[in-house]
Amino acid sequence: MSLELRGITKRFGTLVANNAIDLEINPGEIHCLLGENGAGKSTLMNILYGLYEPTEGEILVNGEKLSLDGPRSAIAAGIGMVHQHFMLVPVFTVADNVMLGDERVKSGLLDHAKARKDVREISERYGLAVDPDAIVGDLPVGIQQRVEIIKALTRNAKFLILDEPTAVLTPQETEELFTVMRELRAGGTAIVFITHKLKEVKAIADRITVIRRGSVVGTASPQDSPAELAALMVGREVRLKVEKPPVEESAEGPAFSVKNLTVLNEAGQIVVDDISFDIHPGEILGVAGVQGNGQTELAEAVLGLIQPVSGSISLDGVEVVGRSVRDTLRAGLGFVPEDRNHDGLVGGSSVAENLVLDLYDRPEFSSRGSMNIGKIRKNADERVAEFDIRTASIDTPAGKLSGGNQQKVVVAREMSRPLRMLLVSQPTRGVDVGAMEFIHKRIVREAREQKRPVLVVSTELDEIYALADRIAVMYRGKIMAIVPPETSAEQIGLLMAGAHPEDAVDE
Amino acid sequence: MSETVKGSGATASEPVGKPADPERPGLGKRLVDQVVYGADWVVTLLAILLALFFGAILIILSDESVRGTFSYFFSSPGDAISASWDAVSTGYTALFKGSIWDPSHSWNVGSAIAPFSETLTEAVPLIFGGLAVGLAFRAGLFNIGGQGQLIMGAIVATWVGFTVTGPTFLAMILAVIGGIAGGAAWGAIVGLLKAKTGAHEVIVTIMLNYTALYFLAYLIGTDTFRDPDRQEPLSKSVSEASKLPKLLTWLTDGGSLRLNFALVIAAVAVAFVWWLLNRSTLGFELRAVGSNASAARTAGMSVAKSQIMAMLISGGLMGIVGASQVLGTANANNALTPDIDAGLGFAAITVALLGRASPIGTVFAAILFGALQAGGRSMQSEAGISIEIVTVIQALIVLFVAAPPLVRGIFRLKGSGSGDAALASKGWNG
Repeated sequence: MSLELRGITKRFGTLVANNAIDLEINPGEIHCLLGENGAGKSTLMNILYGLYEPTEGEILVNGEKLSLDGPRSAIAAGIGMVHQHFMLVPVFTVADNVMLGDERVKSGLLDHAKARKDVREISERYGLAVDPDAIVGDLPVGIQQRVEIIKALTRNAKFLILDEPTAVLTPQETEELFTVMRELRAGGTAIVFITHKLKEVKAIADRITVIRRGSVVGTASPQDSPAELAALMVGREVRLKVEKPPVEESAEGPAFSVKNLTVLNEAGQIVVDDISFDIHPGEILGVAGVQGNGQTELAEAVLGLIQPVSGSISLDGVEVVGRSVRDTLRAGLGFVPEDRNHDGLVGGSSVAENLVLDLYDRPEFSSRGSMNIGKIRKNADERVAEFDIRTASIDTPAGKLSGGNQQKVVVAREMSRPLRMLLVSQPTRGVDVGAMEFIHKRIVREAREQKRPVLVVSTELDEIYALADRIAVMYRGKIMAIVPPETSAEQIGLLMAGAHPEDAVDE
Repeated sequence: MSETVKGSGATASEPVGKPADPERPGLGKRLVDQVVYGADWVVTLLAILLALFFGAILIILSDESVRGTFSYFFSSPGDAISASWDAVSTGYTALFKGSIWDPSHSWNVGSAIAPFSETLTEAVPLIFGGLAVGLAFRAGLFNIGGQGQLIMGAIVATWVGFTVTGPTFLAMILAVIGGIAGGAAWGAIVGLLKAKTGAHEVIVTIMLNYTALYFLAYLIGTDTFRDPDRQEPLSKSVSEASKLPKLLTWLTDGGSLRLNFALVIAAVAVAFVWWLLNRSTLGFELRAVGSNASAARTAGMSVAKSQIMAMLISGGLMGIVGASQVLGTANANNALTPDIDAGLGFAAITVALLGRASPIGTVFAAILFGALQAGGRSMQSEAGISIEIVTVIQALIVLFVAAPPLVRGIFRLKGSGSGDAALASKGWNG
């Protein structure tokens, strides 16, 4: 069995998402598709999975042309896909989820026993330990991902596409996933591994194809250095390390401090559990943790979007709990939300408007209820140039920009005014390596030159390491420990998984 | 495989992006998005042509004598074709004559512009209504409570109208302001309930429509409102001073041209709403809240305030519709009747849809619908074609506009997917 993509081109209107891409996928091989977000990796894989029809080009299985009219025909051809966002029904059991869409039936009724047996068989064969009767919603993300893989395998997938599978995993879970991938490779499955993380590529890939701006720009070997891979991916040389002057000890005491903060979510569950920390002027505190362990709510509480049930947050000695979002922003908080599409941008509005989304009513941009379009456009021109936002024009709706450029719009807005504090969540999510370098530099500058406290929330451990002076690890709403940046990834990974600090950090 | 772009280096420098987020928002949100960003002008134009085409088929089918000629279609197809052509051309000629310009009266300025005066007279309430619904759309709200808001506006305007008897111009302005206040208050209730309790505006507005309707029926029976000299349910007439003055009486002797001062107010309203949406900070908030409430909240905007303000202004605009119904020429008595709304609160929704919720688009849509209404009457009187066909044509236009892929399919247009071109060119006025 071999799978070949030949001359695949996909256009959306005038946009060329894929341009004459050739790709060969062989059994027993992990083929890594490396590229920035928006490079066209996902589009290509959606074509392969039958979700999009290519504008040009063909897909060949064993040299025969394959015509796909939907995922169903892709599955029939032995192609399986694990999406970045899982397609599972949380209230169903593992076995039921695996059976969904491919139901085992015995005399007109669902055959649950057969489904369970199938799940067990696959999990034993590839070392994918899963309880077929567990409710999917109760399982950790890493296990849910296994369910997705099992789902693909029970449909006899010979070609398995994993779309950014490590984005939601702890370092340990990533390691486990790699073990499973190696098992599958040994069993003859062809794996397409989509990622933009260089380290992972080096750890697992047999073959690397780099995609940039919709075209294949080259192939690489896992032995190539990360800098070489990054240069290929971005198209120029990139500095992977952030240059950071040492933090100066200040006698003033903390500029920002959180004391005994507890926050409930809408369902009344504790999501931030009695946490306390300080940030000194010019210091960068990184908050590490797997997505969904209270980081979001911590950030929203600082912004004033949700009111904590107890505890205090103070900036420059002034209590901020109870302030409205508008007042917090006016008081000088720069806030980059973790999900730009959901919280950071109005997709239908222009880039220029989005660049003043939380500044539109300030005297610089409006007076007596009327907006000053000239100044807003001038501001947009400046920000677009300064942050290298790639957009057709400042009137283009922000929703039409690529993910990385959307992120630059948000970052540009939040970091181009005098701040008293900066809070950035996932500042470089989906941003290319080049822009990442730029954003990181700006964050460091805000701390070191402006002497502001900076809080960086990220699920990317590499990003935390690159920026943080101290690392707070969150797990289930608690800060497990605040550790120095010299702490190993393994130890931080253990803390992220909820291990007790004494067990994780040997000090 | 036919295009030349393949493999050329030129395309590499083009921007590359991801397709639209596969995550689908709710039906209401998608409807609003479709209305605001969906169809481009070409599609709208084709939708109108298509609707007229289906209207023509209906004209043919509804005419008995034409149907008769189809019974011997194969022996003499010419008869059927010419009869059909006659029916359709007579009908649409009457439509044109009744709405735009009647060449047979061209010797008299007053008569010649009478059809267009009628068109504008019909269009004016639709402009207010379309602006009202469109504004709410842009703030992410579906205001189908126009009926109730315009009834409340009409009630207050009538009360002011028969209470205040002069001086001439001022009384009229006061009555219109009363109408705005009545509609705005009724709309603000919806906004308040939505913002404070999360009650869905569609449900609330439907219920408030009934409340207003029966409140009106009750009021007409009370001593304060009831006209003691009349048998039928009718309120007292508004004072002469508070009536909307006719604009074109100087052109004709009899004063038969109905177009009144409401047109001037409509022009002001269009300019105001355009400014509000595109240039004011409040409009910026409304649009941001309407298209992404959680981003608006994160940016420090108050979603509750935006929703209340949107419904308040939307209701106020609907209130003007009610005021112009009573103070203008819509009913001969210039008084409240139980059917004072004339269904305008619902007609306004179709106007806003066709006008893509933009002020300028709403003006064109309202004039089109006004023309169909005015022309439909002469189609009925001169060509004997039922005026209901006009309603069907209006409905079909909106149907086709709401389904751009259908129109593109019929005319084999290249799909622009989600209307990229229209979006990219819209910019600030979007």
